Amino acid sequence: MFPTPIERTPRSWQITYQTLLPLALILWLLPLIAVAIFSVKPDADFANANYWGWPSSFEGFTNYGLVFTGSDMPQYLLNSFKITIPTVIGAVALSCMTGFALGIYKFRANIWIFFMFVAGNFVPFQILMVPVRDLTLHLGLYNTITGLVLFHIAFQTGFCTLFMRNFIRALPFELIEAARVEGVAEWRIFWFVVLPLMKPAIAALSVLIFTFIWNDYFWAIVLTQGVESQPVTAGITSFNAQYRAAYHLMSAGSIVAALPPVAMFFMMQKHFIAGLTLGAVK
Amino acid sequence: MAYTTDGHQTSWWHRNQQQLTPWLFLAPGILFFLFYVIFPIFQSFNLSLYEWDGLGEAEFVGLYNYEELSWDDAFYTSLKNNVIWLVLYLAAIPAGLFIALFLNQTVTGIRLYKSLFFFPFVISQVVVGLVFTWFYDPTFGILNVLLGSVGLPPINVLGDENWVTIGIIVAGLWPQTAYCMILYLTGLNAVDPEQIEAGRLDGAKGWRMLWYIIIPQLRPATFIAFVVTIIGALRSFDLISIMTNGGPFGASRVLSFYMFEVALSEYGFRMGYGAAIAVVLFLIMLMFIAYFLWSMYKEEKAR
Repeated sequence: MFPTPIERTPRSWQITYQTLLPLALILWLLPLIAVAIFSVKPDADFANANYWGWPSSFEGFTNYGLVFTGSDMPQYLLNSFKITIPTVIGAVALSCMTGFALGIYKFRANIWIFFMFVAGNFVPFQILMVPVRDLTLHLGLYNTITGLVLFHIAFQTGFCTLFMRNFIRALPFELIEAARVEGVAEWRIFWFVVLPLMKPAIAALSVLIFTFIWNDYFWAIVLTQGVESQPVTAGITSFNAQYRAAYHLMSAGSIVAALPPVAMFFMMQKHFIAGLTLGAVK
Repeated sequence: MAYTTDGHQTSWWHRNQQQLTPWLFLAPGILFFLFYVIFPIFQSFNLSLYEWDGLGEAEFVGLYNYEELSWDDAFYTSLKNNVIWLVLYLAAIPAGLFIALFLNQTVTGIRLYKSLFFFPFVISQVVVGLVFTWFYDPTFGILNVLLGSVGLPPINVLGDENWVTIGIIVAGLWPQTAYCMILYLTGLNAVDPEQIEAGRLDGAKGWRMLWYIIIPQLRPATFIAFVVTIIGALRSFDLISIMTNGGPFGASRVLSFYMFEVALSEYGFRMGYGAAIAVVLFLIMLMFIAYFLWSMYKEEKAR
Protein backbone atom coordinates (compact mmCIF):
# COMPACT_ATOMS: atom_id res chain seq x y z
CA MET A 1 0.00 0.00 0.00
CA PHE A 2 1.17 3.50 -0.74
CA PRO A 3 1.69 5.79 1.10
CA THR A 4 3.05 3.83 4.06
CA PRO A 5 0.17 2.64 6.23
CA ILE A 6 -0.30 4.94 9.18
CA GLU A 7 0.13 2.08 11.69
CA ARG A 8 3.71 1.64 10.54
CA THR A 9 4.72 5.29 10.93
CA PRO A 10 6.10 7.05 14.04
CA ARG A 11 3.60 7.85 16.77
CA SER A 12 4.00 11.60 16.24
CA TRP A 13 2.91 11.39 12.61
CA GLN A 14 -0.03 9.17 13.56
CA ILE A 15 -1.33 11.86 15.90
CA THR A 16 -0.69 14.61 13.36
CA TYR A 17 -2.58 12.64 10.72
CA GLN A 18 -5.55 12.00 13.00
CA THR A 19 -5.90 15.71 13.74
CA LEU A 20 -5.19 16.81 10.19
CA LEU A 21 -7.93 14.62 8.76
CA PRO A 22 -10.98 16.36 10.28
CA LEU A 23 -9.41 19.79 9.82
CA ALA A 24 -8.81 19.13 6.13
CA LEU A 25 -12.37 17.92 5.74
CA ILE A 26 -13.83 21.02 7.37
CA LEU A 27 -11.70 23.25 5.18
CA TRP A 28 -12.69 21.29 2.07
CA LEU A 29 -16.39 21.49 2.82
CA LEU A 30 -16.31 25.01 4.25
CA PRO A 31 -18.42 26.52 1.45
CA LEU A 32 -21.12 23.90 2.03
CA ILE A 33 -21.02 24.23 5.79
CA ALA A 34 -21.48 27.97 5.37
CA VAL A 35 -24.56 27.44 3.20
CA ALA A 36 -25.99 24.94 5.65
CA ILE A 37 -25.59 27.46 8.49
CA PHE A 38 -27.01 30.26 6.32
CA SER A 39 -30.08 28.16 5.68
CA VAL A 40 -31.09 28.00 9.36
CA LYS A 41 -30.41 31.63 10.17
CA PRO A 42 -33.15 34.18 10.78
CA ASP A 43 -33.63 37.08 8.39
CA ALA A 44 -32.46 39.53 11.04
CA ASP A 45 -28.93 38.09 11.08
CA PHE A 46 -28.33 39.29 7.55
CA ALA A 47 -29.76 42.72 8.29
CA ASN A 48 -27.41 43.00 11.27
CA ALA A 49 -24.45 41.89 9.17
CA ASN A 50 -24.04 38.75 11.27
CA TYR A 51 -23.05 36.76 8.19
CA TRP A 52 -20.47 34.35 9.46
CA GLY A 53 -21.35 34.17 13.12
CA TRP A 54 -23.52 31.61 14.83
CA PRO A 55 -27.26 31.88 14.04
CA SER A 56 -28.92 34.10 16.66
CA SER A 57 -31.88 31.74 16.58
CA PHE A 58 -32.67 28.49 14.81
CA GLU A 59 -35.08 29.18 11.96
CA GLY A 60 -34.58 26.01 9.96
CA PHE A 61 -38.24 25.02 9.99
CA THR A 62 -39.44 28.49 8.97
CA ASN A 63 -36.91 28.81 6.15
CA TYR A 64 -37.36 25.35 4.69
CA GLY A 65 -41.11 25.61 5.22
CA LEU A 66 -41.17 28.78 3.17
CA VAL A 67 -39.20 27.10 0.38
CA PHE A 68 -41.93 24.50 0.09
CA THR A 69 -44.97 26.71 0.62
CA GLY A 70 -43.97 30.19 -0.53
CA SER A 71 -42.51 29.39 -3.93
CA ASP A 72 -42.71 27.17 -7.00
CA MET A 73 -40.01 24.92 -5.61
CA PRO A 74 -42.27 21.84 -5.19
CA GLN A 75 -43.29 22.08 -8.84
CA TYR A 76 -39.67 22.40 -9.97
CA LEU A 77 -38.70 19.41 -7.87
CA LEU A 78 -41.52 17.38 -9.33
CA ASN A 79 -40.45 18.39 -12.84
CA SER A 80 -36.91 17.30 -12.07
CA PHE A 81 -38.14 13.86 -11.09
CA LYS A 82 -40.37 13.67 -14.15
CA ILE A 83 -37.37 14.48 -16.34
CA THR A 84 -34.75 12.41 -14.57
CA ILE A 85 -36.51 9.09 -14.02
CA PRO A 86 -37.73 8.47 -17.60
CA THR A 87 -34.30 9.51 -18.89
CA VAL A 88 -32.58 6.98 -16.64
CA ILE A 89 -34.94 4.22 -17.75
CA GLY A 90 -34.71 5.11 -21.43
CA ALA A 91 -30.96 5.55 -21.61
CA VAL A 92 -30.23 2.42 -19.62
CA ALA A 93 -32.65 0.32 -21.67
CA LEU A 94 -31.27 1.51 -25.01
CA SER A 95 -27.69 1.04 -23.93
CA CYS A 96 -28.28 -2.48 -22.60
CA MET A 97 -29.25 -3.33 -26.15
CA THR A 98 -26.49 -1.41 -27.93
CA GLY A 99 -23.92 -2.59 -25.41
CA PHE A 100 -25.02 -6.18 -25.95
CA ALA A 101 -24.80 -5.87 -29.72
CA LEU A 102 -21.37 -4.22 -29.64
CA GLY A 103 -19.95 -6.33 -26.85
CA ILE A 104 -20.96 -9.79 -28.07
CA TYR A 105 -21.08 -9.76 -31.87
CA LYS A 106 -18.15 -9.51 -34.19
CA PHE A 107 -18.90 -7.65 -37.41
CA ARG A 108 -16.93 -5.19 -39.43
CA ALA A 109 -18.83 -2.01 -38.55
CA ASN A 110 -18.70 -2.82 -34.85
CA ILE A 111 -15.77 -0.65 -33.83
CA TRP A 112 -16.92 2.29 -35.99
CA ILE A 113 -20.38 2.30 -34.49
CA PHE A 114 -18.79 2.11 -31.08
CA PHE A 115 -16.54 5.06 -31.89
CA MET A 116 -19.49 7.01 -33.19
CA PHE A 117 -21.14 6.70 -29.77
CA VAL A 118 -17.93 7.55 -27.95
CA ALA A 119 -17.10 10.54 -30.14
CA GLY A 120 -20.64 11.88 -29.92
CA ASN A 121 -20.46 11.63 -26.18
CA PHE A 122 -17.28 13.75 -26.08
CA VAL A 123 -18.66 16.48 -28.31
CA PRO A 124 -19.04 19.91 -26.68
CA PHE A 125 -22.79 19.82 -26.60
CA GLN A 126 -23.12 23.49 -27.46
CA ILE A 127 -22.67 22.53 -31.08
CA LEU A 128 -25.96 20.66 -30.84
CA MET A 129 -27.81 23.57 -29.29
CA VAL A 130 -29.29 25.40 -32.26
CA PRO A 131 -30.27 22.31 -34.32
CA VAL A 132 -31.69 20.43 -31.35
CA ARG A 133 -33.70 23.43 -30.20
CA ASP A 134 -34.99 23.83 -33.72
CA LEU A 135 -35.82 20.14 -33.99
CA THR A 136 -37.66 20.23 -30.66
CA LEU A 137 -39.63 23.28 -31.80
CA HIS A 138 -40.61 21.51 -35.02
CA LEU A 139 -41.76 18.43 -33.12
CA GLY A 140 -43.95 20.72 -31.04
CA LEU A 141 -42.08 19.63 -27.94
CA TYR A 142 -40.41 22.92 -27.02
CA ASN A 143 -40.98 23.74 -23.36
CA THR A 144 -42.25 20.25 -22.59
CA ILE A 145 -40.77 17.62 -20.33
CA THR A 146 -41.02 15.08 -23.16
CA GLY A 147 -38.83 17.19 -25.41
CA LEU A 148 -36.13 17.45 -22.79
CA VAL A 149 -36.34 13.75 -21.92
CA LEU A 150 -36.01 12.62 -25.53
CA PHE A 151 -32.86 14.64 -26.04
CA HIS A 152 -31.34 13.52 -22.74
CA ILE A 153 -31.98 9.87 -23.57
CA ALA A 154 -30.34 10.23 -26.96
CA PHE A 155 -27.30 12.08 -25.68
CA GLN A 156 -26.75 9.85 -22.64
CA THR A 157 -26.96 6.77 -24.85
CA GLY A 158 -23.45 7.63 -26.02
CA PHE A 159 -21.88 7.41 -22.60
CA CYS A 160 -24.06 4.49 -21.53
CA THR A 161 -23.13 2.47 -24.60
CA LEU A 162 -19.44 2.99 -23.90
CA PHE A 163 -20.01 1.83 -20.36
CA MET A 164 -22.21 -1.18 -21.12
CA ARG A 165 -20.15 -2.42 -24.01
CA ASN A 166 -16.97 -2.43 -21.93
CA PHE A 167 -18.78 -4.16 -19.12
CA ILE A 168 -20.20 -6.88 -21.38
CA ARG A 169 -16.78 -7.37 -22.98
CA ALA A 170 -15.46 -8.40 -19.58
CA LEU A 171 -18.13 -11.09 -19.06
CA PRO A 172 -17.11 -14.72 -19.63
CA PHE A 173 -17.84 -15.32 -23.30
CA GLU A 174 -18.00 -19.11 -22.77
CA LEU A 175 -21.46 -18.65 -21.25
CA ILE A 176 -22.81 -17.27 -24.49
CA GLU A 177 -21.09 -19.91 -26.58
CA ALA A 178 -22.49 -22.64 -24.36
CA ALA A 179 -25.99 -21.22 -24.78
CA ARG A 180 -25.53 -21.08 -28.56
CA VAL A 181 -24.45 -24.70 -28.65
CA GLU A 182 -27.66 -25.50 -26.77
CA GLY A 183 -29.53 -23.76 -29.58
CA VAL A 184 -30.86 -20.89 -27.50
CA ALA A 185 -32.20 -18.03 -29.63
CA GLU A 186 -30.08 -14.88 -29.62
CA TRP A 187 -32.71 -12.66 -28.00
CA ARG A 188 -33.18 -15.26 -25.28
CA ILE A 189 -29.42 -15.21 -24.67
CA PHE A 190 -29.74 -11.46 -24.17
CA TRP A 191 -32.72 -11.76 -21.87
CA PHE A 192 -31.84 -14.84 -19.82
CA VAL A 193 -28.04 -15.02 -19.91
CA VAL A 194 -26.54 -11.57 -20.34
CA LEU A 195 -29.11 -9.27 -18.74
CA PRO A 196 -29.01 -10.94 -15.30
CA LEU A 197 -25.22 -10.57 -15.30
CA MET A 198 -25.55 -6.86 -16.08
CA LYS A 199 -27.34 -5.95 -12.88
CA PRO A 200 -24.33 -4.23 -11.27
CA ALA A 201 -23.71 -2.22 -14.43
CA ILE A 202 -27.37 -1.23 -14.62
CA ALA A 203 -27.32 -0.08 -10.99
CA ALA A 204 -24.11 1.89 -11.49
CA LEU A 205 -25.33 3.59 -14.65
CA SER A 206 -28.70 4.41 -13.14
CA VAL A 207 -27.24 6.37 -10.24
CA LEU A 208 -24.72 8.11 -12.48
CA ILE A 209 -27.29 9.17 -15.05
CA PHE A 210 -29.67 10.23 -12.31
CA THR A 211 -27.03 12.61 -10.98
CA PHE A 212 -25.97 13.91 -14.39
CA ILE A 213 -29.51 14.62 -15.51
CA TRP A 214 -30.68 16.05 -12.21
CA ASN A 215 -27.77 18.50 -12.29
CA ASP A 216 -28.20 19.48 -15.93
CA TYR A 217 -28.66 23.18 -16.36
CA PHE A 218 -27.69 23.96 -19.94
CA TRP A 219 -30.36 21.93 -21.73
CA ALA A 220 -32.95 22.92 -19.19
CA ILE A 221 -32.60 26.57 -20.16
CA VAL A 222 -32.24 25.84 -23.87
CA LEU A 223 -35.27 23.58 -24.25
CA THR A 224 -37.66 24.75 -21.53
CA GLN A 225 -38.86 27.93 -19.91
CA GLY A 226 -41.29 28.47 -17.11
CA VAL A 227 -42.61 26.66 -14.11
CA GLU A 228 -44.59 23.98 -15.92
CA SER A 229 -41.56 22.20 -17.36
CA GLN A 230 -38.27 23.53 -15.96
CA PRO A 231 -36.27 21.37 -13.56
CA VAL A 232 -35.01 22.60 -10.25
CA THR A 233 -31.55 23.65 -11.48
CA ALA A 234 -33.17 26.22 -13.73
CA GLY A 235 -35.91 26.95 -11.22
CA ILE A 236 -33.42 27.92 -8.55
CA THR A 237 -32.48 31.02 -10.54
CA SER A 238 -36.05 32.29 -10.63
CA PHE A 239 -36.40 31.29 -7.00
CA ASN A 240 -33.39 33.46 -6.27
CA ALA A 241 -34.85 36.31 -8.26
CA GLN A 242 -38.00 36.03 -6.15
CA TYR A 243 -36.02 36.13 -2.90
CA ARG A 244 -33.25 38.46 -3.98
CA ALA A 245 -30.74 39.03 -1.16
CA ALA A 246 -32.71 36.75 1.18
CA TYR A 247 -29.65 34.60 1.71
CA HIS A 248 -31.24 32.31 4.26
CA LEU A 249 -33.97 31.32 1.78
CA MET A 250 -31.61 31.06 -1.19
CA SER A 251 -29.43 28.74 0.89
CA ALA A 252 -32.35 26.59 1.95
CA GLY A 253 -33.56 26.44 -1.66
CA SER A 254 -30.11 25.40 -2.90
CA ILE A 255 -29.87 22.66 -0.33
CA VAL A 256 -33.29 21.31 -1.28
CA ALA A 257 -32.30 21.36 -4.95
CA ALA A 258 -29.03 19.54 -4.27
CA LEU A 259 -30.43 16.94 -1.93
CA PRO A 260 -31.85 14.19 -4.21
CA PRO A 261 -28.59 13.34 -5.99
CA VAL A 262 -26.75 13.57 -2.67
CA ALA A 263 -29.18 11.11 -1.11
CA MET A 264 -28.84 8.88 -4.16
CA PHE A 265 -25.07 8.98 -3.84
CA PHE A 266 -25.07 7.99 -0.19
CA MET A 267 -27.57 5.20 -0.69
CA MET A 268 -25.86 3.73 -3.73
CA GLN A 269 -22.31 4.75 -3.01
CA LYS A 270 -20.69 1.48 -4.02
CA HIS A 271 -22.42 1.43 -7.41
CA PHE A 272 -21.86 5.12 -7.99
CA ILE A 273 -18.12 4.88 -7.52
CA ALA A 274 -17.89 1.63 -9.44
CA GLY A 275 -19.59 3.37 -12.34
CA LEU A 276 -17.50 6.50 -12.21
CA THR A 277 -14.20 4.70 -12.03
CA LEU A 278 -14.82 1.98 -14.59
CA GLY A 279 -11.64 1.80 -16.60
CA ALA A 280 -9.54 3.52 -13.94
CA VAL A 281 -7.88 0.19 -13.25
CA LYS A 282 -6.84 -2.56 -15.56
CA MET B 1 -48.40 -24.05 -48.66
CA ALA B 2 -48.57 -21.97 -45.52
CA TYR B 3 -46.37 -24.51 -43.87
CA THR B 4 -43.63 -24.27 -46.47
CA THR B 5 -43.52 -20.44 -46.42
CA ASP B 6 -43.41 -20.53 -42.69
CA GLY B 7 -40.72 -23.19 -42.63
CA HIS B 8 -38.73 -21.31 -45.21
CA GLN B 9 -38.92 -18.10 -43.17
CA THR B 10 -37.85 -19.76 -39.97
CA SER B 11 -34.86 -21.35 -41.57
CA TRP B 12 -33.88 -18.08 -43.25
CA TRP B 13 -34.07 -16.39 -39.86
CA HIS B 14 -32.12 -19.25 -38.34
CA ARG B 15 -29.37 -19.01 -40.88
CA ASN B 16 -29.00 -15.25 -40.53
CA GLN B 17 -29.82 -14.84 -36.88
CA GLN B 18 -26.27 -14.11 -35.82
CA GLN B 19 -25.81 -11.43 -38.49
CA LEU B 20 -29.16 -9.74 -37.96
CA THR B 21 -29.51 -9.74 -34.20
CA PRO B 22 -26.85 -7.08 -33.50
CA TRP B 23 -28.50 -4.70 -35.96
CA LEU B 24 -31.92 -5.20 -34.42
CA PHE B 25 -30.48 -4.48 -31.01
CA LEU B 26 -28.58 -1.46 -32.27
CA ALA B 27 -31.38 0.09 -34.29
CA PRO B 28 -33.24 2.10 -31.63
CA GLY B 29 -30.05 3.41 -30.01
CA ILE B 30 -28.42 4.33 -33.31
CA LEU B 31 -31.54 6.04 -34.64
CA PHE B 32 -31.93 8.14 -31.51
CA PHE B 33 -28.28 9.03 -31.50
CA LEU B 34 -28.13 9.94 -35.19
CA PHE B 35 -31.27 12.00 -34.94
CA TYR B 36 -30.32 14.04 -31.86
CA VAL B 37 -26.51 14.05 -31.85
CA ILE B 38 -24.79 13.17 -35.12
CA PHE B 39 -27.02 14.98 -37.62
CA PRO B 40 -27.15 18.17 -35.52
CA ILE B 41 -23.35 18.38 -35.65
CA PHE B 42 -23.51 18.55 -39.44
CA GLN B 43 -26.51 20.86 -39.33
CA SER B 44 -24.48 23.26 -37.20
CA PHE B 45 -21.68 23.22 -39.76
CA ASN B 46 -24.20 24.02 -42.45
CA LEU B 47 -25.98 26.63 -40.40
CA SER B 48 -22.74 28.47 -39.75
CA LEU B 49 -22.82 29.50 -43.41
CA TYR B 50 -26.15 31.28 -42.97
CA GLU B 51 -27.49 34.38 -41.32
CA TRP B 52 -30.66 33.32 -39.53
CA ASP B 53 -32.74 34.77 -36.70
CA GLY B 54 -34.42 31.45 -35.90
CA LEU B 55 -37.78 32.42 -37.35
CA GLY B 56 -37.64 33.91 -40.83
CA GLU B 57 -35.79 32.83 -43.95
CA ALA B 58 -32.17 31.84 -43.55
CA GLU B 59 -29.88 33.78 -45.83
CA PHE B 60 -26.77 32.13 -47.25
CA VAL B 61 -23.71 34.22 -46.47
CA GLY B 62 -20.87 31.79 -47.16
CA LEU B 63 -17.93 32.21 -44.81
CA TYR B 64 -19.03 35.66 -43.71
CA ASN B 65 -19.73 34.53 -40.13
CA TYR B 66 -16.18 33.25 -39.81
CA GLU B 67 -14.82 36.46 -41.27
CA GLU B 68 -16.80 38.40 -38.69
CA LEU B 69 -15.36 36.19 -35.95
CA SER B 70 -11.86 37.11 -37.05
CA TRP B 71 -12.37 40.74 -36.02
CA ASP B 72 -14.70 40.14 -33.09
CA ASP B 73 -12.94 41.10 -29.85
CA ALA B 74 -15.47 39.20 -27.75
CA PHE B 75 -14.55 36.04 -29.67
CA TYR B 76 -10.88 36.46 -28.87
CA THR B 77 -11.63 37.11 -25.21
CA SER B 78 -13.69 33.91 -25.12
CA LEU B 79 -10.99 31.94 -26.91
CA LYS B 80 -8.33 33.24 -24.54
CA ASN B 81 -10.49 32.30 -21.57
CA ASN B 82 -11.03 28.83 -22.99
CA VAL B 83 -7.27 28.34 -23.10
CA ILE B 84 -6.96 29.58 -19.50
CA TRP B 85 -9.71 27.13 -18.49
CA LEU B 86 -7.96 24.26 -20.24
CA VAL B 87 -4.63 24.95 -18.59
CA LEU B 88 -5.75 25.79 -15.07
CA TYR B 89 -8.43 23.12 -14.94
CA LEU B 90 -5.72 20.48 -15.32
CA ALA B 91 -4.63 21.40 -11.78
CA ALA B 92 -7.51 19.16 -10.68
CA ILE B 93 -5.41 16.13 -11.64
CA PRO B 94 -2.40 16.63 -9.32
CA ALA B 95 -4.69 18.06 -6.64
CA GLY B 96 -6.91 14.98 -6.86
CA LEU B 97 -3.88 12.71 -6.68
CA PHE B 98 -2.61 14.60 -3.65
CA ILE B 99 -5.90 14.23 -1.76
CA ALA B 100 -6.16 10.58 -2.80
CA LEU B 101 -2.70 9.90 -1.36
CA PHE B 102 -3.70 11.72 1.80
CA LEU B 103 -6.84 9.62 2.19
CA ASN B 104 -5.41 6.25 1.13
CA GLN B 105 -5.19 4.91 4.68
CA THR B 106 -7.14 2.43 6.73
CA VAL B 107 -7.90 4.40 9.90
CA THR B 108 -11.37 4.24 11.44
CA GLY B 109 -14.03 6.19 9.59
CA ILE B 110 -11.90 6.68 6.50
CA ARG B 111 -14.71 5.47 4.26
CA LEU B 112 -16.92 8.29 5.46
CA TYR B 113 -14.09 10.76 4.98
CA LYS B 114 -13.63 9.60 1.41
CA SER B 115 -17.32 10.02 0.59
CA LEU B 116 -17.47 13.44 2.21
CA PHE B 117 -14.43 14.57 0.24
CA PHE B 118 -16.19 13.40 -2.88
CA PHE B 119 -19.32 15.36 -1.98
CA PRO B 120 -18.74 18.48 -4.14
CA PHE B 121 -18.92 16.40 -7.31
CA VAL B 122 -22.44 15.21 -6.59
CA ILE B 123 -23.86 18.71 -6.18
CA SER B 124 -25.09 20.58 -9.21
CA GLN B 125 -22.78 23.24 -10.61
CA VAL B 126 -25.60 25.72 -10.20
CA VAL B 127 -25.37 25.33 -6.44
CA VAL B 128 -21.56 25.32 -6.50
CA GLY B 129 -21.71 28.59 -8.43
CA LEU B 130 -24.07 30.20 -5.92
CA VAL B 131 -21.95 29.10 -2.99
CA PHE B 132 -18.79 30.51 -4.50
CA THR B 133 -20.50 33.75 -5.48
CA TRP B 134 -21.17 34.32 -1.80
CA PHE B 135 -17.68 33.20 -0.90
CA TYR B 136 -16.29 35.95 -3.16
CA ASP B 137 -18.92 38.58 -2.29
CA PRO B 138 -17.23 41.97 -1.82
CA THR B 139 -19.46 43.07 1.06
CA PHE B 140 -19.64 39.95 3.21
CA GLY B 141 -17.73 37.18 1.43
CA ILE B 142 -15.49 35.10 3.64
CA LEU B 143 -12.60 35.49 1.19
CA ASN B 144 -12.24 39.17 2.01
CA VAL B 145 -12.67 38.46 5.69
CA LEU B 146 -9.71 36.09 5.40
CA LEU B 147 -7.69 38.53 3.31
CA GLY B 148 -8.40 41.29 5.80
CA SER B 149 -7.24 39.15 8.70
CA VAL B 150 -3.77 38.85 7.15
CA GLY B 151 -3.70 42.54 6.29
CA LEU B 152 -4.41 42.34 2.56
CA PRO B 153 -6.77 44.73 0.79
CA PRO B 154 -10.16 43.31 -0.26
CA ILE B 155 -10.73 42.23 -3.86
CA ASN B 156 -13.98 41.98 -5.73
CA VAL B 157 -13.06 38.77 -7.52
CA LEU B 158 -16.12 38.49 -9.75
CA GLY B 159 -16.19 42.20 -10.55
CA ASP B 160 -12.56 42.44 -11.59
CA GLU B 161 -11.72 41.67 -15.21
CA ASN B 162 -8.32 40.26 -14.24
CA TRP B 163 -9.56 37.94 -11.54
CA VAL B 164 -12.98 36.86 -12.68
CA THR B 165 -12.02 33.89 -14.88
CA ILE B 166 -9.60 32.56 -12.31
CA GLY B 167 -12.24 32.95 -9.61
CA ILE B 168 -14.74 30.89 -11.61
CA ILE B 169 -12.14 28.25 -12.45
CA VAL B 170 -11.35 27.83 -8.76
CA ALA B 171 -15.04 27.16 -8.16
CA GLY B 172 -14.96 24.59 -10.97
CA LEU B 173 -11.83 22.96 -9.61
CA TRP B 174 -13.61 22.10 -6.41
CA PRO B 175 -15.89 19.37 -7.86
CA GLN B 176 -13.38 18.41 -10.55
CA THR B 177 -10.67 17.71 -7.97
CA ALA B 178 -13.12 15.50 -6.12
CA TYR B 179 -13.72 13.56 -9.33
CA CYS B 180 -9.99 13.05 -9.97
CA MET B 181 -9.53 12.08 -6.35
CA ILE B 182 -12.02 9.22 -6.61
CA LEU B 183 -10.37 8.00 -9.83
CA TYR B 184 -6.99 7.92 -8.11
CA LEU B 185 -8.34 6.29 -4.96
CA THR B 186 -9.62 3.44 -7.11
CA GLY B 187 -6.34 3.34 -8.98
CA LEU B 188 -4.28 3.25 -5.79
CA ASN B 189 -6.33 0.33 -4.60
CA ALA B 190 -5.14 -1.70 -7.55
CA VAL B 191 -1.46 -0.83 -7.31
CA ASP B 192 0.56 -4.02 -7.11
CA PRO B 193 1.78 -4.41 -3.48
CA GLU B 194 4.67 -6.62 -4.55
CA GLN B 195 6.16 -3.87 -6.66
CA ILE B 196 5.92 -1.48 -3.72
CA GLU B 197 7.72 -3.97 -1.50
CA ALA B 198 10.34 -4.55 -4.17
CA GLY B 199 10.79 -0.79 -4.45
CA ARG B 200 11.15 -0.50 -0.70
CA LEU B 201 13.85 -3.17 -0.72
CA ASP B 202 15.68 -1.17 -3.39
CA GLY B 203 15.56 1.81 -1.08
CA ALA B 204 12.91 3.82 -2.97
CA LYS B 205 10.96 6.07 -0.64
CA GLY B 206 8.59 9.03 -0.72
CA TRP B 207 8.79 11.05 -3.93
CA ARG B 208 10.99 8.57 -5.78
CA MET B 209 8.62 5.75 -4.96
CA LEU B 210 5.66 7.87 -6.06
CA TRP B 211 7.28 8.98 -9.30
CA TYR B 212 8.92 5.75 -10.46
CA ILE B 213 6.62 3.06 -9.11
CA ILE B 214 3.19 4.43 -8.22
CA ILE B 215 2.45 6.98 -10.95
CA PRO B 216 3.31 4.62 -13.84
CA GLN B 217 0.83 2.12 -12.40
CA LEU B 218 -1.83 4.81 -12.18
CA ARG B 219 -1.72 5.40 -15.93
CA PRO B 220 -5.30 4.26 -16.66
CA ALA B 221 -6.67 6.52 -13.92
CA THR B 222 -4.60 9.42 -15.20
CA PHE B 223 -5.87 8.90 -18.73
CA ILE B 224 -9.49 9.05 -17.61
CA ALA B 225 -8.75 12.04 -15.39
CA PHE B 226 -7.33 13.86 -18.43
CA VAL B 227 -10.31 12.99 -20.60
CA VAL B 228 -12.94 14.14 -18.13
CA THR B 229 -11.02 17.26 -17.12
CA ILE B 230 -10.44 18.45 -20.67
CA ILE B 231 -14.05 17.80 -21.62
CA GLY B 232 -15.20 19.55 -18.45
CA ALA B 233 -13.02 22.58 -19.19
CA LEU B 234 -14.32 22.98 -22.73
CA ARG B 235 -17.95 22.48 -21.70
CA SER B 236 -17.81 25.00 -18.86
CA PHE B 237 -21.01 26.96 -18.98
CA ASP B 238 -23.11 26.59 -15.85
CA LEU B 239 -20.68 28.29 -13.49
CA ILE B 240 -20.17 31.27 -15.78
CA SER B 241 -23.86 31.64 -16.36
CA ILE B 242 -24.64 31.53 -12.64
CA MET B 243 -21.70 33.45 -11.22
CA THR B 244 -21.18 36.34 -13.62
CA ASN B 245 -23.39 35.84 -16.67
CA GLY B 246 -20.28 36.47 -18.74
CA GLY B 247 -19.41 39.76 -17.05
CA PRO B 248 -17.99 42.11 -16.06
CA PHE B 249 -18.13 43.53 -19.61
CA GLY B 250 -17.86 40.08 -21.11
CA ALA B 251 -14.53 39.40 -19.41
CA SER B 252 -15.46 35.91 -18.21
CA ARG B 253 -17.06 34.61 -21.41
CA VAL B 254 -15.88 31.35 -22.91
CA LEU B 255 -16.83 30.09 -26.37
CA SER B 256 -19.71 27.95 -25.14
CA PHE B 257 -21.16 30.84 -23.20
CA TYR B 258 -20.60 33.38 -25.94
CA MET B 259 -22.35 31.19 -28.50
CA PHE B 260 -25.33 30.84 -26.19
CA GLU B 261 -25.40 34.60 -25.72
CA VAL B 262 -25.25 35.30 -29.45
CA ALA B 263 -27.87 32.73 -30.40
CA LEU B 264 -30.37 32.69 -27.54
CA SER B 265 -30.34 35.76 -25.38
CA GLU B 266 -31.39 39.37 -25.39
CA TYR B 267 -28.34 40.18 -27.51
CA GLY B 268 -30.22 38.83 -30.46
CA PHE B 269 -31.00 35.60 -32.18
CA ARG B 270 -28.07 35.12 -34.51
CA MET B 271 -28.24 31.37 -34.99
CA GLY B 272 -25.70 31.25 -37.84
CA TYR B 273 -23.12 33.27 -35.97
CA GLY B 274 -23.67 31.16 -32.87
CA ALA B 275 -23.23 28.00 -34.93
CA ALA B 276 -19.94 29.37 -36.29
CA ILE B 277 -18.66 29.84 -32.73
CA ALA B 278 -19.79 26.32 -31.87
CA VAL B 279 -17.93 24.97 -34.89
CA VAL B 280 -14.71 26.58 -33.66
CA LEU B 281 -15.25 25.05 -30.24
CA PHE B 282 -15.96 21.70 -31.86
CA LEU B 283 -12.75 21.85 -33.90
CA ILE B 284 -10.72 22.52 -30.75
CA MET B 285 -12.43 19.57 -29.13
CA LEU B 286 -11.90 17.40 -32.21
CA MET B 287 -8.14 17.39 -31.67
CA PHE B 288 -8.68 15.89 -28.24
CA ILE B 289 -11.43 13.50 -29.39
CA ALA B 290 -9.14 12.22 -32.14
CA TYR B 291 -6.38 11.63 -29.63
CA PHE B 292 -8.71 9.85 -27.17
CA LEU B 293 -10.16 7.62 -29.87
CA TRP B 294 -6.71 6.83 -31.20
CA SER B 295 -5.57 5.75 -27.72
CA MET B 296 -8.66 3.59 -27.34
CA TYR B 297 -8.15 2.12 -30.79
CA LYS B 298 -4.59 1.10 -30.00
CA GLU B 299 -5.80 -0.57 -26.84
CA GLU B 300 -8.56 -2.45 -28.67
CA LYS B 301 -6.01 -3.70 -31.17
CA ALA B 302 -3.72 -4.86 -28.40
CA ARG B 303 -6.38 -7.14 -26.95
